[in-house]
Amino acid sequence: MQHLANIFWLGTKELRSFSRDFVLFGFVIYSFTLAVYAQAESPAQEAHNSSVAIVDEDHSALSRAIAAALLPPYFSPPTEVVAGHVDEQMDTARSTFVLDIPPHYERDIMAGRRPAIQVNVDATAMMQAGIGAGYLQQIIAREIARSATDAEPSQAEPAKLAVRVAFNPNLTTQLFNAVMAIIGNVNMLAIILAGAAIIREREHGTMDHLLIMPLTPFEIAAAKVWANGLVITVAVGLSLWLVVETLLGIRIVGSIPLFMAGVTIYLFFATAIGIFLGTVARSMPQLGLLFVLVALPMNILSGGNTPLDSMPTFLRAVMQLSPSTHFVSFAQAILYRGAGIDVVWPQFAVVGIVGGVFFALSIMRFRKISAAMM
Amino acid sequence: MSHPASVIAVEGLSHSYGRTLALDGVTLRVPTGALVGLIGPDGVGKSTLLSLVAGAKRIQTGRVEVFGSDMADQRHRSAVCPRIAFLPQGLGKNLYPDLSVRENIDFFGRLFGEPAGERARRIDTLLEATGLAPFPDRPARKLSGGMRQKLGLCCALVHDPDLLILDEPTTGVDPLSRRQFWELIERMRARRPGMSVVVATAYMEEAERFDELIAMNAGRILASAAPAELKRLTGQGSLEESFIALLPEAVRAGRRALSIPPRPSGEHEAVIIADGLTRRFGEFVAVDGVSFAIERGEIFGFLGSNGCGKTTTMKMLTGLLPASDGKAWLLGQPIDAANMRLRRRVGYMSQSFSLYTELTVRQNLDLHARLFHIAADRAKSRIAALIKRFGFGPYVDQRASQLPLGIRQRLSLAVAVVHEPELLILDEPTSGVDPLARDSFWELLVELSRRQGVTIFVSTHFMNEAARCDRVALMHGGRVVAAGTPTELVEAKGAADLEDAFVAYLQSAGGESSNLVSSPPEPERAAISPSARVASRAGFSLGRLFAYSWRETLELWRDPVRLGFALLGTAFLMVVFGLGINTDVNLVTFAALDRDNTPESRAYLQEFRGSPYFAERKTLTSYDDLDRALRSAGFALAIEVPPGFGRDIRRGTAPEIGAWVDGAMPFRAETVRGYLTGLHQQYVADLAATAGNRPASPVIETRFVYNQDFKSIFAMVPGTIAMLLAFMPAMLMAVGVVREKELGSIVNLYVTPVTRLEFLLGKQLPYVILCLISFLTLFVMAVFLFGVTLKGSFWVLLLGALLYVTAMTGYGLVISAFTRTQIAALFVAGIMTSLPAVQFSGMLAPVSSLVGFPAFMAHTFPAMYFLRISVGTFTKALGFQELAGSLLALAAFIPILILISLAFLRRQEL
Repeated sequence: MQHLANIFWLGTKELRSFSRDFVLFGFVIYSFTLAVYAQAESPAQEAHNSSVAIVDEDHSALSRAIAAALLPPYFSPPTEVVAGHVDEQMDTARSTFVLDIPPHYERDIMAGRRPAIQVNVDATAMMQAGIGAGYLQQIIAREIARSATDAEPSQAEPAKLAVRVAFNPNLTTQLFNAVMAIIGNVNMLAIILAGAAIIREREHGTMDHLLIMPLTPFEIAAAKVWANGLVITVAVGLSLWLVVETLLGIRIVGSIPLFMAGVTIYLFFATAIGIFLGTVARSMPQLGLLFVLVALPMNILSGGNTPLDSMPTFLRAVMQLSPSTHFVSFAQAILYRGAGIDVVWPQFAVVGIVGGVFFALSIMRFRKISAAMM
Repeated sequence: MSHPASVIAVEGLSHSYGRTLALDGVTLRVPTGALVGLIGPDGVGKSTLLSLVAGAKRIQTGRVEVFGSDMADQRHRSAVCPRIAFLPQGLGKNLYPDLSVRENIDFFGRLFGEPAGERARRIDTLLEATGLAPFPDRPARKLSGGMRQKLGLCCALVHDPDLLILDEPTTGVDPLSRRQFWELIERMRARRPGMSVVVATAYMEEAERFDELIAMNAGRILASAAPAELKRLTGQGSLEESFIALLPEAVRAGRRALSIPPRPSGEHEAVIIADGLTRRFGEFVAVDGVSFAIERGEIFGFLGSNGCGKTTTMKMLTGLLPASDGKAWLLGQPIDAANMRLRRRVGYMSQSFSLYTELTVRQNLDLHARLFHIAADRAKSRIAALIKRFGFGPYVDQRASQLPLGIRQRLSLAVAVVHEPELLILDEPTSGVDPLARDSFWELLVELSRRQGVTIFVSTHFMNEAARCDRVALMHGGRVVAAGTPTELVEAKGAADLEDAFVAYLQSAGGESSNLVSSPPEPERAAISPSARVASRAGFSLGRLFAYSWRETLELWRDPVRLGFALLGTAFLMVVFGLGINTDVNLVTFAALDRDNTPESRAYLQEFRGSPYFAERKTLTSYDDLDRALRSAGFALAIEVPPGFGRDIRRGTAPEIGAWVDGAMPFRAETVRGYLTGLHQQYVADLAATAGNRPASPVIETRFVYNQDFKSIFAMVPGTIAMLLAFMPAMLMAVGVVREKELGSIVNLYVTPVTRLEFLLGKQLPYVILCLISFLTLFVMAVFLFGVTLKGSFWVLLLGALLYVTAMTGYGLVISAFTRTQIAALFVAGIMTSLPAVQFSGMLAPVSSLVGFPAFMAHTFPAMYFLRISVGTFTKALGFQELAGSLLALAAFIPILILISLAFLRRQEL
């Protein structure tokens, strides 16, 4: 009971300090509103607004039909370039795709010949290049087929394939990106807030003071976890409600309370590792670099930006230890597939256990840092 | 207004912080060649006045002339600032803790543009004169307070100033070091009779030696006269009494001479016992076999020079620091960090303020009452009593950070006694507190000791405080060299007072005191003519710029952790990301539900089972199975072959295969859908081929330009270089300026000839070089570890990298100049770098497909341009001509970012 009271009152102190730093407050608001919105609207995971240039050497009805079929949201309106400028167009990354329609293309098609249409893909624009190239092939084939139906009836396919996309039929990426933005900011905030709070207490000598009072290191760390966790949980909740549901107009199928429960468990981990880093780093500049070393891989390799399946086996195994991977995984399960606690509990458990390990490690280091400061 | 005989002429100077008026119409003059003292309690405006005169603060109202130049005019200020030296308040606040003694002085010499030979000669002379000569290589961090102040003086004197401004230079310094410090000042003045010195001090006994005293209170000057004159005017015997006599009636009212009732005689149990306490830090023995016993109700004083082990001993007694050897008991119990019950009976006040400065007085008291679990009603009355007894009435709802120093110290004590401890351990509680406030503080201590029987263990540098203790122990070099009642100690040494006795003990104990070299005064060297020094600030000086670069490099070099993180850390991240950021989807896990189970259906599924891109993880038996596979097990794909598939194929009635792709990860879903369609078409084509008819499909030649195999490594490795070279420079640089702001050394920018541009570029340069080294490491790794060969020009890439890291460090500088705390700087750097460097740089999605805010962010951040150069030279085989636009854009960032930093960085404190 006394433990709980201590943890509660120490935590209120944390909340008071936080509310006084206006610059920090302002950037927290930015990171859960504008930053989430910007990332949600960006097309990192799909062919969206892809830039296409067309070298039209045919100037026929068919070539114009192909150009006209490249429509938003997948493609931005194509620009026409002359044959000599293809390289320049791609070198400067102005266009990701350049179509080259040879002279007499339509005439050759009508004559039943098989002239080649060239699709140049900037193969350094990885994800978009791959998906967009597939789309382009389908669109071109469709347009040719449409113009050719008069000439020759198409052959019936011996078997049909009906592809249904489960959970996200239109393959929209907004929600996905928004959730990835939120988790990235959660990592950043929790680690920096909790870590820097420890370093500041050390630099200002108040850590000694706390360690001399009838408080256990457990209580000191737990107070920081709940106070920082609360601030960020509220920020995440507001971000989901105001930015994702209201501003972006996304209807979330899954259970938001369950997701928020997951966020809370994840925050336990994130603040715990923040506190741990705060006990390892000796100064703010060191904390800054440690943060980059830890948070960047956690964010980028969590499976939210690139597929986990494509990583080398050992790295994939290592990333299975990172709670950020499990966060991405349960976020997808809950928000898209409408999964319940029966499905996501193992992930919740892993996040909680790893959090507990870091929490325990930081408590062990608390007394050491007081001695190391001399 | 020109007074050739006055060095300083101040007229009608007022200064306020928000609503608090710190200076209220001050007018004064300081004659040439005099030693002038500024005396008065804390918070009366002494420091504000000195900072304004030194040019560290911007003048609000009134006029300040130094050497006849108006300090409000930037050009005039620049012209006279090389003739002024300023030592700000706080021990070694303007020094650089990681630099050695010699390097610190050398740095200041460089800032004042002294040539190397001259500098070396002056440093030798100064080190000799101050007795620092034996430790030229000791880092400033490890110096004792007295030595630190001497070093500060060396740094101030290295450029032969005509005016020396010292703000409480001896606060927190032990008596012996204080004595040596003043002897040093006297020698310097003897050597340079033209030099004027202005000193603020809280020690009245020091004020006796000044030529003239200026007594201040509440932002006004009370009197200005020679010490003897001041005593005569007020009719008092001592300066301290004279000063108090000058104060307004209202301030004097509550004051009475402190009297300490004798302790009741009789046997007292010992409540603090130390027996052979020893603490070693590596080789260094900080505390060496200290033993003493303190009785209940006793006030036990702990004296000693700075860094002699007092604080370490106290920390061991509180259990903060485990002892290497020896034992100690508090209240009859051995010290144990885990003993919560014992902790509740002890109060502790550490040297640094153990307060939460962002909480108010009442919140601080409340919080501590709660943490000590005082019952709510008792806590209420206890806090009310404390507020009354400690005189917090007017301050109850002010934040601790806004309190005057004296009140803050009182609050620290109040917080330490909130739970009515039986034992108080106070580590230099009155350091930096003025005499009046100290007296009222001691009244509280006496009351606690005599009325409530609280045992008090207190360390101090003030001899009049030591004289009030029941017993004192004198520490030196980690050992107790003397202990007893103050009178016993004075008698034992046959000294006039406790201070003399203290000095005598220290001198006989050896150590630092033996370094008191009284070198014969040298003949005054031909001083550099003022006009020559005036010229030294004009314009831009590479020398001063390099002085900052050199210093920053040394600091970086002394912090191997930071250096290691910056170099090895980036290499580590390169390995992780080079392997991990891979967008090749080459393993699609799927589950199949074959409801037909005929040769045809197996043939269809064989297309998938045989493909290296697909891996079947489960054979399903029902729809429920299929649903579960997608919902819970996270399969990317589920395929259902309908019943009668083989029959329908044979009949040619076109059966329909069902496929479900998991859409929770859109990119993977798109790719899987592409693969799926491809394999299906393959099956259809195979079927048609066996039947002998081949449908005419259009020929679409898809050329994967630059990267024929469409391997993500060729795009991601150059992209990772761009991403890492965005984070590292920004994070390294972001704390660069704000750290100096927080730790105080920023004052050197305000009062030395260095300009803001020299300061910024000088700090930036070492990080640019460090990041270039980091770039070369990444480059070598890309080529040899990941086999990503460079197809274009190396020199273009190198030039791009140089421009890029310069721009990114400039970005960090902007953040650093803008923020006020290191936490905010780190957070802002993190949040403002991650989005444009990871999401919008073109690494994950081409910038050409961004619109709106993301597009704006991408174009106003350097990463996108370097990514083009990096990918362009590595994979696209481009050269200078094709990349000129991106290079130019990167180059344009540099001056813009520097200008923004300049705009945020202040020339003077507000």
